[in-house]
Amino acid sequence: MARVWGWVVGFGKFWYDFIIGDDWTVAVAVFIGLIVTGILNSNHIVGWWLMPIVVVVMTGISVQRTGARR
Amino acid sequence: MISTGLLPVLITTFLASAVEATEMVTIVVGVGATRGWRSTIIGAISGFGVLAVIVVVLGAALSRIPIGPLRLIVGFLLLVFGLQWFRKGITRVAARGLAGMPGEDPHESAELWTGPGMDWTAWLLSFKGVLLEGLEVAFIVVSFGAGANNYGVAILGGASAIVIFLGIGFIVHRSVRRIPRSFLQLIVGTLLTTFGTFWSVEGLGVDWPASDGTIVALLILYVATAFTYITLQRRRASRMPVAA
Repeated sequence: MARVWGWVVGFGKFWYDFIIGDDWTVAVAVFIGLIVTGILNSNHIVGWWLMPIVVVVMTGISVQRTGARR
Repeated sequence: MISTGLLPVLITTFLASAVEATEMVTIVVGVGATRGWRSTIIGAISGFGVLAVIVVVLGAALSRIPIGPLRLIVGFLLLVFGLQWFRKGITRVAARGLAGMPGEDPHESAELWTGPGMDWTAWLLSFKGVLLEGLEVAFIVVSFGAGANNYGVAILGGASAIVIFLGIGFIVHRSVRRIPRSFLQLIVGTLLTTFGTFWSVEGLGVDWPASDGTIVALLILYVATAFTYITLQRRRASRMPVAA
């Protein structure tokens, strides 16, 4: 059972590292950004501008954080 | 809108595959040159076989999902994944410029194989190299094929890059490491982030102001973003005191 669990955890960790990588805050920000865009759209408010801002801001924060760690 | 222009899909999948193909070629050619070609080539073919099955199975599964929700999911995954390459590309180009791959040359580190029969070490190294490096290619090809509603062009872009780079690798294998992988990674990261943003927002049912033309505007925005952050990172690094 422990072996199966270890395999499941390893499989999950592989996909986590593969898609999300070393900065989970970027993935969370993208997720929240899309939810807010969806809410704006469902209320007939123009929301296309939000995601490009999320991308630019989060990239800056993440790059700076990586630079500070070095 | 049903399909995104075919040329951007072809270029992005080609370049994304090129990034991984440089590492793949370094591993395969390095192992082959030192431990023998037969087992290495069989290992590489086995790796490609598994990759082909993954692409076909994932592609078939995704083609059953309606395009709207599919673009939201694929766009989200591409955006998160693309942002990883975008960020890494920015920090690496800021730090190393257009340098090739770091680390030791596998020609110098692999042991010479002189035994009879199948060299399972060479097979495994080659298989693992192709499968692990190719998994990212498979992910991008399938996601792009799904998002653009055109698997054929996405597969063509990915496969042609691997074939071309493997060919170059066999001819001039020591030069493969000089390909500026960080810069390529930045270009692909920018493209993946662009398409990820476009498809994820479109998948929510939001209309972009210039329809497909928005892709170009997003690309310009992200190129400018990358250029700005690279400049800032370099200025920051030049202000840091040098260790004695």
